Amino acid sequence: MNVLEVRGLGVDYQSATGAVHAVADVSLDLRRGELLGLAGESGSGKTTLANAVARLLRPPAAITSGSVRYRRRDGTEADVLALGPKQLRAFRWKELAVVFQSAMNSLNPVATIGAQIDDVLRIHAPGMSRKARAERAAELLRRVGINADRRRGYPHELSGGMRQRAAIAIALALNPEIIIMDEPTTALDVVVQRDILHEIGDLREEYGFAVVFITHDLSLLMEISDRIAVMYAGRVVEVGTARALRTAPRHPYTEGLLRSFPRLRGPREELLGIPGTPPDLRSPPSGCAFHPRCRYAFDGCSDQRPELRPVPGGEVACLLNEGTGADTVREAS
Amino acid sequence: MRFLLRRLGFYLLTAWAAVTLNFLIPRLMPGDPVDLLVARLKGNVDPAAIDAMKRAFGISDANLWQQYVDYLGNLAQGELGRSITFFPTEVSTVIAGSLPWTIGVVGVATLISYVAGTALGVLMAWKRGTWLDGVLPAATFMHAVPYFWVALALVFVFGVTLEWFPVSRAYALDVVPGFTGEFAGSVLYHAALPAITIVLASMADRILGMRNVMVTTLGEDYVVMAEAKGLTSRRVMWAYAARNAILPNITSFALSLGFVVGGSVLTEIVFSYPGIGSMLLKGVENEDFPLMQGIFLVISLAVLVANFLADLAYVILDPRTRQ
Repeated sequence: MNVLEVRGLGVDYQSATGAVHAVADVSLDLRRGELLGLAGESGSGKTTLANAVARLLRPPAAITSGSVRYRRRDGTEADVLALGPKQLRAFRWKELAVVFQSAMNSLNPVATIGAQIDDVLRIHAPGMSRKARAERAAELLRRVGINADRRRGYPHELSGGMRQRAAIAIALALNPEIIIMDEPTTALDVVVQRDILHEIGDLREEYGFAVVFITHDLSLLMEISDRIAVMYAGRVVEVGTARALRTAPRHPYTEGLLRSFPRLRGPREELLGIPGTPPDLRSPPSGCAFHPRCRYAFDGCSDQRPELRPVPGGEVACLLNEGTGADTVREAS
Repeated sequence: MRFLLRRLGFYLLTAWAAVTLNFLIPRLMPGDPVDLLVARLKGNVDPAAIDAMKRAFGISDANLWQQYVDYLGNLAQGELGRSITFFPTEVSTVIAGSLPWTIGVVGVATLISYVAGTALGVLMAWKRGTWLDGVLPAATFMHAVPYFWVALALVFVFGVTLEWFPVSRAYALDVVPGFTGEFAGSVLYHAALPAITIVLASMADRILGMRNVMVTTLGEDYVVMAEAKGLTSRRVMWAYAARNAILPNITSFALSLGFVVGGSVLTEIVFSYPGIGSMLLKGVENEDFPLMQGIFLVISLAVLVANFLADLAYVILDPRTRQ
C-alpha cells in the first residue's frame, strides 16, 4: 500500500527572466516501509521535489500544480499540500521527518544534541515528562550508536559521521512513517558511509518507516533501494525495482548513468558516460529533454515529449520502441 | 575557563598600558596648567603665587619615575588630582557627580535602542516581503543622520516650538534632589529628549545590522530543519535563527556600552545635560588637564570592562568558544 502518492507535481522558481520549471509533472508512489531511491544529476530537481513534498519550499520556489496524498496506517488520508499551518506542524516530523544534506549545517550550533531532540518531543508529545524526554533522547542516541552522554554535547564536538547519526536520531524521535534523506552520506568517507547505511537498514527493519533516499550515486542506490526513480531535468524518466534497473535499464539516461562507473563483477564493458552537460532549465530542449545527449535519439525525440509508460519492472518515459525505451539487457552482475 | 583567564590577563595588561599612556601624554606636552594660567594673565603673577599654585595643582618637578610611582599610588586610592575648572574640587568628585547622569540617560537609551533595534531587525528579516520592508528606507535614512542633527531637530520642534519638553538641565530648578516621586518625575521628564535622540540615532544601525545577519541565518539548514520539525514559528525565529544571528552583533553592543561612559558629547551639549560629555567639553575649553586625564582614564577602563563582558557573553552564548 502506498504511504505517499505524488501526482502531477510541478514546482517553479520565479526568476527575473521567467519561471523555471525545476520539477514538472512528477508522479511517484512511496510504498509503506520501502526504500525508494531518487537519483539524478545535480540540478535535476531531486531536492526540490523532496522539499515540495515536505512543504519546505521557500520563495521564489512555489508549487504550481499537482497533489501529494499521505495515507496513515488507519486508512485516513491527508492532502499534504492543503494542510493548514496547525495541521502542517502536526504532520511534520510526526509523519514525515527529514535528514538534511549535511548534518554539519542542519544541527543548531548553539544548542546541545539533547535539546534538539527535546524540542521536538516537547512540541509533539506535550504529555511527556522532562525525565521521560531525557530518557527518550538518550535511548535514541544509543540506538544510532552514539554514547548517551553525548546528548549534553554540542554539534561541533561530534565528528561528521556522528553528526549524521545524531541527525538520524532526531529524525527518529517521533517514529515517523516517512523519512526523507537528502544525500545523508555524501560528505562522509566510505567506511562511515557503509556503517550509516547499515544502521539505516536495521532501523528500517525495526521501525518500519519508508525512506526516500536522494543521491546522485546510482551505484549506491542499486545496493540499498527497493525501487529507484531516476530524474532528469525536473522529470522522472524511469522508475523501477533496483533489480530491473540494474539488469535492464529502459531509459538511455539510466543506461548512461549505469555505464559511467565500472562494474566490480561480471563481464567487462565499455564505460560510456553521458556526453554533454545537463540542460539549462530556463530554456529546456523541446520534446524529450534528454534528446541532445542521447545516443539513440531519432527525429521524433525533439518534437514529442514522452510520458511515463508501464514496462515490465517499472515505468519509463522514452519514445524508443513505441514508448517502452531502449532494449539494453545487461548481464546480471 | 582558561580562555577567560587569558582574556582577563590581556585586559589587565591593556589597562596598565592605558593608565601609563594617560600618565605620559600630558607630561610629554610642553607646559602645564599653571604656565597656561600665567600666560593668560600675561605673566603678571608673583613667583611665590606660581609656586603655591603648582603645589595646589600637584605639579612637581621630581623625575619622571618618581612621578609615575606617585601617580600609580594616587590612582590606587582613587586620587585623580584637582580639577582646574572647578578648583578646588577633586576630579574624582566631578566625575562621580556627572557619571550617573550620563550612565542613566546614555546607558538606558543605548539598552533600549539595542533591544528594540535587534527585535525589529529580527522581525523585519522574518517577515521580509511584507509592509515591514517599508521601515528599511527609513532606517537607512536615520543611519545617515548625525546625532547632533537629531538632537537639534528635537530641541527645535519639541523643546522650543511646542514646548513639550525642557531643553536643558537634568532636573527642574525648583525640585529638591532626593528619593521622591517628584524628583524622579522631573529627572525622567528632562531625560526624555536626550534619550529619544540617542535611541533614534543609534537604532537604525542595530536594525540594519541584525536584519542583514538574520537574513543570512534564515537560509541556514538548521533553520529549515527547525521548520521541518514542526516547531512553532516563534520558536524557529527566536531559538534557532535569532539566537545564532545575534552572535556577530554582541561585539558591537559591548563596544557601544563601553562608549556610554564617554557620554554622547554632542547630545549632552545640545541639551545642556550635566553628564560626563559636558564635563569633558568644559575641561577641554579650560585646558583642565587633570579633569580630561581623569575622564579619559574612566572611559578607557569602561571600554575594557565592556569588552571583557562581551567576551564573557560570547562564552555563555556560543559553545564553540568554550575550549
